[in-house]
Amino acid sequence: MIFDEKHELIRKLCRDFAEKEFTKEILDEVEETGVFPQDILDKMAKCGFFGTKIPVEYGGQGGDNLAYVIMLEEFCRVSPIASVYANAHNSLGSGPLLNSGTEEQKMKYIPDIASGKKRMAFGLTEPGAGSDAAGSTTIAVEEEDCFVLNGRKSFITMAPLSDYCIVFAKTDITKGNRGISAFIVDLTLPGVSFGKAEKKMGLIGCATTDVILEDVRVPKDCLLGERNKGFINAMKTLDGGRLGVAAQSIGVAQGCVDEAVKYAKERKQFGRPIAKFQAIAFMLADMQTKLSAAKELTYAAAQKKDENTKDAGVYCSMAKYFASESCNEIAGKAVQIHGGYGYTKDYKVERFYRDCRTFTIYEGTSQVQQLVISGNLLK
Amino acid sequence: MAIVIDKDKCVGCSLCLQNCPFNAITMVDGKAEIGEACTACGTCIDVCPVGAISKEETKKEGVDITQYHGVWVVAEQREGKLQNVAIELLGEGRKLADDLGCELAAVVLGKNVSAIADELGHYGADKVYFADADELEIYTTDAYSKVIYEAVEKYKPEVLLIGATYLGRDLAPALAVRLNTGLTADCTKLEIDKEHMQLMQTRPTFGGNLMATILCPNDRPQMSTVRPGVMAKAEYREDGKAEKIELAATFADGDIRTKVLDVVKAVGETVSLTDAKVIVAGGNGVGGPEGFELLKKLADKLGGTIAASRACVDNGWIDHSYQVGQTGTTVKPALYIACGISGAIQHLAGMQESGQIVAINKNETAPIFEVADYGIVGDLFKVIPAILDELDKRPE
Amino acid sequence: MRIIVCAKQVPDTNDVKIDHKHGTLIRDGVPSILNPDDANGLEAALQIKDEHPDTKVTILTMGPAQAGIMIRECMAMGADEGYILSSRAFAGADTRATSKTLAVGVNHIGGADLIFCGRQAIDGDTAQVGPQLAARLGIPCVTYVQKIEFKDEKTLIVQRQLEDGYQVIEVKLPCLLTAVKELNEPRYMTVKGILDAYDKPLTILDHNDVGMAPEDCGLAASATQVLTSFTPPPKGKGEMLSGTINEMAAYVVKSLTEKHVI
Repeated sequence: MIFDEKHELIRKLCRDFAEKEFTKEILDEVEETGVFPQDILDKMAKCGFFGTKIPVEYGGQGGDNLAYVIMLEEFCRVSPIASVYANAHNSLGSGPLLNSGTEEQKMKYIPDIASGKKRMAFGLTEPGAGSDAAGSTTIAVEEEDCFVLNGRKSFITMAPLSDYCIVFAKTDITKGNRGISAFIVDLTLPGVSFGKAEKKMGLIGCATTDVILEDVRVPKDCLLGERNKGFINAMKTLDGGRLGVAAQSIGVAQGCVDEAVKYAKERKQFGRPIAKFQAIAFMLADMQTKLSAAKELTYAAAQKKDENTKDAGVYCSMAKYFASESCNEIAGKAVQIHGGYGYTKDYKVERFYRDCRTFTIYEGTSQVQQLVISGNLLK
Repeated sequence: MAIVIDKDKCVGCSLCLQNCPFNAITMVDGKAEIGEACTACGTCIDVCPVGAISKEETKKEGVDITQYHGVWVVAEQREGKLQNVAIELLGEGRKLADDLGCELAAVVLGKNVSAIADELGHYGADKVYFADADELEIYTTDAYSKVIYEAVEKYKPEVLLIGATYLGRDLAPALAVRLNTGLTADCTKLEIDKEHMQLMQTRPTFGGNLMATILCPNDRPQMSTVRPGVMAKAEYREDGKAEKIELAATFADGDIRTKVLDVVKAVGETVSLTDAKVIVAGGNGVGGPEGFELLKKLADKLGGTIAASRACVDNGWIDHSYQVGQTGTTVKPALYIACGISGAIQHLAGMQESGQIVAINKNETAPIFEVADYGIVGDLFKVIPAILDELDKRPE
Repeated sequence: MRIIVCAKQVPDTNDVKIDHKHGTLIRDGVPSILNPDDANGLEAALQIKDEHPDTKVTILTMGPAQAGIMIRECMAMGADEGYILSSRAFAGADTRATSKTLAVGVNHIGGADLIFCGRQAIDGDTAQVGPQLAARLGIPCVTYVQKIEFKDEKTLIVQRQLEDGYQVIEVKLPCLLTAVKELNEPRYMTVKGILDAYDKPLTILDHNDVGMAPEDCGLAASATQVLTSFTPPPKGKGEMLSGTINEMAAYVVKSLTEKHVI
C-alpha cells in the first residue's frame, strides 16, 4: 500500500502524539488505577481524534476509513487502551446514528460525540446473547408517549463513562432478528444503572460494565431508525467496528515486532545477541511476514469501505479475523523472545499480550467472522 | 566547488545516494544525479567505488585578500569581567598567528574596559583594540556589530574569531553580513593550511555525526565562531603587554534598534536527566541513601546530576525520577559515570548511547565494563575521592 | 499583520547512525522533519494569530519541492500559505548565500511585519541564517527568544536567552526573532487541519521567478566551501585501567579533559 501525503501526515500526527503523550509513566498509572487521564483525552479532542472519520457537517474531521485505520494503528502501537477511547467515538459511538439516524438526531448527538464532549456506548450484547444477537431478551414496549425498556446489556465498553447508549431491544418478540429496534438512551434517565466493572484481563483503563434497564421510559423520538430494523443497523455498525479491531491488531502487532527486534539485538546469551540464533531470527521473520500481510488486508478493507464496494463487508471480516489472530500469534512470540522478562510488567510485550487477547473476541469473534466469510463464499 | 558526477564512470550502484547526509542524490536512468539539496560536503566522493564523483573548482571573485593581515579575536566581557572563552581564543589565536607569521590582536567593547585591555595583553595579545562607550556597556547586536565592522574595515584582519557563546553567535552573523564575508559556526578545530596560508575550520554538523572542514578562500576576514571550552587557554604572563588602540564608538539615533531593559540571572535550576551533560549514577554498590552524597559531590563538581539504577530505587534509597534504564529514563549525556552498577541489560538499554562511559565496580566481570570507555576495578568509595582530588588539582 | 515563518526540512539527526566500518552516515530510513526550532517559531506566530485572527501566517522555505509536505504540515497546524524557493541554482549554498536568497524571497512575496526563524537547524547547527537574513533585510533581530509579549501594536518585549539567564529586550516591528524550544510547546496538527491543508496555496518559486541570476545564489554566491567532511573516529574499544587507584583516577581525569568531556 502506498499512502498519499495526507495519510502520511495523519500517520505522523498520530505517531508523534502517541509517542509523546502515552508515556510509560502514564500507561503504568492507567494500569494501576484503571482510569485514563482526562488531560490526555482533552489533548486528543483538540487534535480531532474523536471525530476522525465523522463527516464535517456533523462536527467531525471528515477523514476516511483509511485515516481512521492509521490513527488506531499508531495509537495501538504504543497504547491499545488509548485506541479504545479514540475508537469509541468514531465507530460504535457514532456509527448507529450515521447509519440510520434522522437528520435531527444526527445534528443533536453527533457533534458532541465528534468533539469528545459526550460519549455514546453501544449496547447489543447480553448475558445470554453474545454472537447470537437474535436471542436477546431486552424488550421495549410502546406506550403513548414513550418506549419502556427492560433488560440487561453486558460487557458494555465504557458504559459508566458514557452519556448515552444505543440500546438494542426487541419491539416484537415473535420475530427474532427482525423484531429488534435501536434506541438512543440517555444514561441519566431513571431506571438506568450499571453493574460492577468487569475485572478484565487486558485493556485496563476503561470501565466495562453491564447496563441495567428497569422500566426506563425512553421518549419516542429516541427510536433510532425504523422500528424492527435495528439488527441491520447493528450489523452495519459492527462492519465498521471490525475494521477498527483489524487496525488495532496491526498496531499492537507492530509494537510487538518493534519490541522483539530491539530485545533480540540487546539480549545476550551464550556470548552473543539472541537475534544471532536462527531459532529467534526465524520467529521474527514469521512475525513480520504475518504483520505485513495483515496490514495489506486491513488497508485494502479500509479502501474498499471508502469506495463502498460490494465486498467491503466481507473484507472487513477477513481483515479482522486474520489481523486479530495474527496479532495474538505475534504477541505470543514477542513474549517468548523476551523469555522470563516478557512475563513481567517491566516490558511492554506483557501488556500487549493481554490487551490483544480480546481482539479475536470482541465485535464479533473469529468464529463469527469465519461464518461471515464462508457464508459469503457459499451463498 | 560543485559536486559533479562523471556519467560515463557511474555504474549506478547508488552507494552515494544511500550515504548522502542531505538526501540530495537521486538515480535518473540508472545514473546518479546531484539535486539542489547538495551542500557540497563531499561524502559521496569518498564512498563512490569507481571514482565517478569529484569536486569542480569554481574560481570566483572575492576581495583582494592580500590587503588583509593579522588574527583578531573578539574578547567577550560581561559586567566588566573577561569571559573564559576570550582567553581560549587568545590561546588558539596565538598558534594561528604564529603559523601565519602575523600579529595577534584582541578587540574588546564595553564601558571602562581599560583594565580588561591590559589583561588581554597579559594573555598574549600584541594589540588590543578597545571601544569605550555607555552604549557598549551591555551587549546589543547593532552597537557591537557597528563598532567592530568599522574597525575591521579600517584595519583589515585576515582572521576574525568570536566565541560561540549566546552573544557571540548573535554578533558574528550580523557582522559577517555587513562585511559580506563567510562565517563558520561553532568550530572545534582551527588550523592553517600552510600552502595557501588560509584558515581550515573544522566543526561538527548533523547533530555531531559528521565533521566538516571548511574554507573561506576568496573573502576576508575568515570568520569563525569557536565553541567555548574546546581550545586551550592562553597562559597569563606577568610581562605581557599590548599596544592599546582606541576605536571610534559614536552612535546616531536609530543606530541601535533594540533596547535592553533588564538582564536577569537565572538561579540554580535543577537539571533533568535527559538534559544533563554529565551523569554520575549509582547502583547497588552505593550501599544506601548516604552513598549518593559522595556521588552528588562528584556530579556537582562536574556540573552534572546524579542518577540511579533500578536496584537503588527498589531499595528505597532514591526517588524513581532518578532511575536510568528500561523502566526509568533513557539518557545520552556527554559523560556517564557508573558507580557500583553491575550493568544489567535493562540498565544498559537506558544509557549505552552516552558519549563517554566510565565504570567503577569491584567486580571485574561486571557487564558494565563491556560498554565502558574507561573501566576501573575498585571500591567506589576510594575511587571517587581520588577522582575528586585529581579534579581539584586541575588549573582553574 | 503578516508573519513569515522561515522553516527548513531536515533529516531527523537523532535517527542518524554512523557506519564506523565505512566512516559514513547511515541515513537509510531516517525521516525528514520540520526543523524543531522552526516549529517553535511557527507556534509563536500561530499564538499571535490566535489572539489577532486577521493575522496571516506564511511559511517560507528554501529547498527541494519535496519540502511541500513540511509546508502542508505547517498548514495543518494553522499556517495560511506557503512558498518554496526551489532551484538547482540554490544548491550548495552556505549561510551567506542562503540568507541572500531568503531575503530576496521575503521581499518578493511582499515582506512581513514580523519574521520568525528557528534558532538553528539540526542538520547544519549554524544558527546563522536567521540573524543574517535580518541583517540583509535591514531589520532588527533578536536571537534565542524564549518569551514574547506585545507592548503595543508596534513594539515587542522579548526575553533573550543567555547561558546563565536572560535579557529583556524591547524591539519595534518589523523585526526578526529566532525561536528556542523554551519559547513554547508547538501544537499538534489536527486531522481536519491536515485534510484542509491541501486546499491552501503553496507556491514554488525558482531563481528566475524571484529575479536572481544563478551566479548570485547557491554555491556560486557562497563564501565558504566544504574542503572535506568525515565521520568522527569510532569510539575505541573501552580500556580497563590498571595501576593504583590514584593512578587510575589521574588517568581518567586527564583523558576526559583531553577529550573536552570535562
